[in-house]
Amino acid sequence: MSGAYDLIVLGAGPAGVGAAVTARSHGLSVLVVDENETTGGQVYRATPQAFATRADAPANPDKKEGAGQRQSLLASGAAVAFRHSVWQVSPGYRVDAVGQGGPVHWSAPAVIAATGTTERVVPFPGWTLPGVIGLAAATILLKSQQMLPGRRPVIAGCGPLLAAVAVAVLDGGGKPAAVLDLSGPGDWLAALPALASRPDLALRGLGWVVRLKAAGVPVHFRTGIAAVRETADGLAVTPCRVDADRRPLPDGAGQDIETDCVAVGHGLTPGTEITRLLRARHRFDAALGGWVAEHDADFRTSLPGLYVAGDGAGISGAAAAHLQGQLAGLAVARDLGRLGADAHETAAAPVRKRLAAAQRFGRAMARLMALRPAHAASVAPDTVVCRCEDVTRGEIDEAVAAGARDVNQLKAWTRCGMGPCQGRMCGETAASLVAEAVGSRGAAGLWTGRAPLRPVPMDLLTGDFTYADIPLPKAAPL
Amino acid sequence: MSAPMFDVAVVGGGVMGATTALMLARGGLRTVILDRGPLCREASGVNAGTLTLHMTRASLIPYAVRGHELWLSADQWLGRGVAAVSTEGLSLAFTPAEEEMLHARAAARREYGAPIEIVPASRARAVEPGLSDQVRLAAYCPIDGFASSYLTGRAYREALVEAGAVVREGAAVIGVDSGDGGFSLRIAGAEPVRARRLVLAGGVWLEEMLGWLGLRIPVKCLINQLVVTERLRPVMRTVLSVANGLLSLKQFANGTVLIGGGWQGIGDPKRGGVQTIPENLIGNTRLARWVIPALAETRVARIWLGLEAETADAMPMIGAVPGVPDAFVIGSVHSGYTSGPYMGRLLADLILGREPERPLFDPSRLLEPQAAPALT
Repeated sequence: MSGAYDLIVLGAGPAGVGAAVTARSHGLSVLVVDENETTGGQVYRATPQAFATRADAPANPDKKEGAGQRQSLLASGAAVAFRHSVWQVSPGYRVDAVGQGGPVHWSAPAVIAATGTTERVVPFPGWTLPGVIGLAAATILLKSQQMLPGRRPVIAGCGPLLAAVAVAVLDGGGKPAAVLDLSGPGDWLAALPALASRPDLALRGLGWVVRLKAAGVPVHFRTGIAAVRETADGLAVTPCRVDADRRPLPDGAGQDIETDCVAVGHGLTPGTEITRLLRARHRFDAALGGWVAEHDADFRTSLPGLYVAGDGAGISGAAAAHLQGQLAGLAVARDLGRLGADAHETAAAPVRKRLAAAQRFGRAMARLMALRPAHAASVAPDTVVCRCEDVTRGEIDEAVAAGARDVNQLKAWTRCGMGPCQGRMCGETAASLVAEAVGSRGAAGLWTGRAPLRPVPMDLLTGDFTYADIPLPKAAPL
Repeated sequence: MSAPMFDVAVVGGGVMGATTALMLARGGLRTVILDRGPLCREASGVNAGTLTLHMTRASLIPYAVRGHELWLSADQWLGRGVAAVSTEGLSLAFTPAEEEMLHARAAARREYGAPIEIVPASRARAVEPGLSDQVRLAAYCPIDGFASSYLTGRAYREALVEAGAVVREGAAVIGVDSGDGGFSLRIAGAEPVRARRLVLAGGVWLEEMLGWLGLRIPVKCLINQLVVTERLRPVMRTVLSVANGLLSLKQFANGTVLIGGGWQGIGDPKRGGVQTIPENLIGNTRLARWVIPALAETRVARIWLGLEAETADAMPMIGAVPGVPDAFVIGSVHSGYTSGPYMGRLLADLILGREPERPLFDPSRLLEPQAAPALT
């Protein structure tokens, strides 16, 4: 499989589908690539085809929207390469991936990176224990696999996923042992004006809160996790009250909560692997989730032919992502000369208007989830920050004290971020700790973008070959 | 008020510059070392860390042997090691043509003292059981090894500070003026730094640096590709290369396997290493898997590019800068990581007025005839 297209869209979540369908509607040849079996990304993740659906399954607006988007992409005539993992994007642009058949590549003058987001977890003692999972992982289990993450999970962290996961657990027949929300009621109230921009979603959120109350699920505000430990028959969570900056209060520890699973998430970090690899310009904005590629109102990055859309361009939620994708798709059509300036303006104006409303809601949620430096600073010295390489907070502090001034130097000195997760899990906490010492996240810098964008299996990368298939360069000098 | 006058300023904080600075500081000179980035984060911190004689240029073998010893004893003389490991090394031939190459290259290196012998495939597999059954012939060397080059910067930084050298990371030198019985280094966004002596140790940026002094010595820039895998079970224990030198392969104690060999990527001194060339990445990893078939089990975790400097004759330039008193240059050493600590010592000895243990590499042979007049 290989070929040339007008546009390659990387990621088939709401942003990618919006981009691809829009670009197709203006006559562009489009390829959509995604690691998953089908469209949907995380929010609209599909149930595996082999799964039967219960007739009495509760109606789910996400499911309906996801199915609609899936249908629209299929109908658009865009080429799709699902179950393909992109390992490199080269300038110009060439996209290299591996599928089950081995290495493949495609080319296009335009690429839209619609790569979504990674969940962030600020470490606490016990965060690497089996049974402690991300909120996003819990949603995958619930939505796609139709499995409970636990029968009586503790759901902790911040943002709208807390209530969404807790209610989904109730729907599935479990009952959360507790919901621990780092935000206070005041933080949620502050978000209210923005919530009014999407009354449907605000009502849905309100419905969740009512459900939790009716079911008797304890919800603790301004509360985080001090520690999780293993017990004879599960896990015990020590909750801890926090201040407005999410700093644990000195006498804040509460009674242990017995549980069978901890689902915890401290917000979302935009996936910038592709724009970093290509060295587009980035800026740090905590309210958008961290480092994001700079882009204009039509989602053009600083590099010609490279566009971003969706949470990867700054956390703003699935509804905004879909509209951002449409705008990026329109921009590509215009930049490739398939859409005149006036026609582009006519098509883009209503989308921009809808985006403004959707973005207002999504960004309010993103602010609730933004990483607070005091939270990262509260990690204890002997707590592992980089779980791939077992690097503790203490080792990071020691390296910073010894002169490591940015995250890449820290990486070289401690191996923090060198493991198979490629720094996705530890990056935000580590950078926040370095920033404390050097003054700002800007000064602490961001991980240098490296291929492969995801770890790539050697057998798929190398494919079937003989010695003659290896293009040996000329011998090194004697 | 004028800035303090250092005895020596070293521009470029890689292994060559950092060792030179360290030895000069320990020799009693008031030393400043400047780098536009952190210490040892270019070639010195991103190379494959191979401490081999199989790939070193034949005439540099005596230097590489000393460098090998220095890395293995770094915790003693440097203060902090770079996880250097001594092991055996094999260079492999898979075709009749490569067998011939192997014989010729081993013979050339033996002449310079490398204890390399040609062994049959059966012996090679006894040394390295994970080897492919396609091996036809091997060259065996008992002196080989590897280090984790990313640890280099931290080790040198601590040693330099300990020795009293002033370490200026993030200080980009943009030019040099003469006067007041010394050099004045112009620094981007900061006050100039003054020193009586100047050591240029800028790796692939040496061509530009020598230009500050009015000299023209072309330095070619190689963009070497490196690939590291995820951890996997022990699948090899030696350092492996192939007859033509285009592979280096070793497995670290943590289980990751580093694949190098100088396959080229895209980049230049101005932009650094920019992009992997997919065909070269696939070629390099195929070669690695061909040599150790078990590598098919793992995944590639990270790919990066390191810049390597090469002069017109692919031999080092280490010594006094022609026509510019009190200015010195060090760099463009093939397999420079291996011999770097030794090369730095040799230059420091020259600057300190001691007789270097081995000959240096006079840069004047590389001067382009149309060179502009030297700085006065």
